[in-house]
Amino acid sequence: MLIIFVMFFTFLNLVVVSGILVGLIQGAIDAVRTHYTSDIIISSLNDKSYIENSPEVLSIVRSLSQVDAMSARYIDGGTLEANYKTRSNEKEKPNTAVASITGIDPIAEDKVTNLSKFIVEGEYLTPMDYDQVLLGAYLVKKYLPIDSPGFTALNDISPGTKIKLKVHGVEREVVVKGIIKAKVDELSMRVFMVDSQLRSMIGRNDYNVAEISIKLKPGADPSVVRDILKQNGIDKVAKVQTYADAQPKFIKDMVDTFALLGNMLSSIGLVVASITIFIVIFINAITRRKFIGILKGIGINEGAIEVSYILQSFFYALCGSVIGIIVLYAFLEPWMALHPIDFPFSDGILVAPIGGTMMRIGLLMLTTIIAGFIPARLVVRKNTLDSILGRN
Amino acid sequence: MIEVKNLKKSFKDGESTTEVLKGIDFIAKSGEFIAIMGRSGAGKSTLLYQMSLLDEPTSGEIFIDNKNTFSMTPAEKTSFRLIALGYVFQDYALLPEMTALENVALPLLMQNIGEATAFKKATDALTKVGLENRLNNLPSKLSGGEQQRVSIARAIAHEPKILFADEPTANLDNESSSIIMNIFKQLHKGGQTIIMITHEEEYSKFAERIVHLDDGKIVSMEKN
Repeated sequence: MLIIFVMFFTFLNLVVVSGILVGLIQGAIDAVRTHYTSDIIISSLNDKSYIENSPEVLSIVRSLSQVDAMSARYIDGGTLEANYKTRSNEKEKPNTAVASITGIDPIAEDKVTNLSKFIVEGEYLTPMDYDQVLLGAYLVKKYLPIDSPGFTALNDISPGTKIKLKVHGVEREVVVKGIIKAKVDELSMRVFMVDSQLRSMIGRNDYNVAEISIKLKPGADPSVVRDILKQNGIDKVAKVQTYADAQPKFIKDMVDTFALLGNMLSSIGLVVASITIFIVIFINAITRRKFIGILKGIGINEGAIEVSYILQSFFYALCGSVIGIIVLYAFLEPWMALHPIDFPFSDGILVAPIGGTMMRIGLLMLTTIIAGFIPARLVVRKNTLDSILGRN
Repeated sequence: MIEVKNLKKSFKDGESTTEVLKGIDFIAKSGEFIAIMGRSGAGKSTLLYQMSLLDEPTSGEIFIDNKNTFSMTPAEKTSFRLIALGYVFQDYALLPEMTALENVALPLLMQNIGEATAFKKATDALTKVGLENRLNNLPSKLSGGEQQRVSIARAIAHEPKILFADEPTANLDNESSSIIMNIFKQLHKGGQTIIMITHEEEYSKFAERIVHLDDGKIVSMEKN
């Protein structure tokens, strides 16, 4: 029973350690997909700050049957100033922060990215809000108490606080309606306001937006929709990417790195398991050496005796793995999907694809069988008579 | 029939060599019951181990039914032991986690004769030694005498050419010993070749012939 327990924990070590390490990044990737890019993101070309002919692009997107919802965003750089009212003289340093100002349709945005769920203070925007903004938490000092020369955040900010917003040389006093705190940096570092407000500030009368996030209906393949959009010529005026395309390469490298790290840690567990099995089988075979001798004496061939020990090892590994699979897929994985681990930069889930799990089980079986065979062979090969008589 | 020719066995202990068997010549005919006797260290067990192919003699030859066992590979010897020889050990040598029936059936199963046949033969052998009511008992639930009877059943279930017994009554009380010896007597009557080592004069009388060993040599052979 104890050995099966060891095998069970070895299985968990093999699958769960790397699963959590990969899940740590996967959680971040999933969050970016769910709360920022959605399934497909159309963004401005590198040399442009907006998508040309956006209304036409939006109508093409809207016409696709696979599309469930979409959110078009106006984006421009801007500065925020918090202490402009309390500054007593011009020598006092203004409390400013630089941010991407994002104009959204609050209802459409919420439908696509569920942005309202990240409000930690105040309220979410409504389409009728005038001169009201949502601030990302990274722009508010109390949520990001970092004092870096290259980075500033606003002091004493809470819902209702008035701040000065300057975009494209246009300055406007706005009220902080709410604060957004998410583990997706693109949300926590932005300022959100109603699209018509920002459009009027930046003079975007052509309705050309900078970003369009598209949420597809369940079962729709993002790459297929991406290709349809490209076939419609959208790639000539914008970058059309699936959530996977939009991932920076370093994220993919991090997934690979963490998977490798997980495998390295798991391999230690595998070594421990094989040593455990080796010791168990060796002690078992040594203490039963006389009986092994007797079996050989009455004519049972060595191979059959070795196979019996291999089967014993196999049984331990199989039981541990079966229990592990049940615990993993019936409890751990669904539980962690519902209750992700609260890492500072992501909600870590458990990534345990069945193919990888099966491969690890195979590895565990193989290691265990070898670890069982070697001591059995050592003992079985001893002289039959010496074994029967207990001679060394 | 088993024929032993000029059998020698010596053991090396560092630089020195101890010669335990010093040229044994001996024939046991089919159906014979032979008791090998001698004081401790005379070489009785060593002789039995050589004849029963559990050990390799230093020199000499052993023929079983005119087959020279010297030329056999270890695997052939193992197979030969399974099919043609039977063993009764002093300490019963039963597998503790197996029932009496399973202990007896194990060598039969290893002969690939089929599960049903193996268990039928095992049941018959246990019936022969009077344990038909103890088939499903573990060795720990059996007395010493009963365990030895299981051991005999295991040794005879496959109808071996020769049955070797290494002091089969050494660990038993008088009553159990008598039962065991009577089983040997019945087996012998049925034509079983038996070669048995014993210390006890009383039980050697069950044999047809007694071989006395001393200092690695046969010193006398007498018929009962």
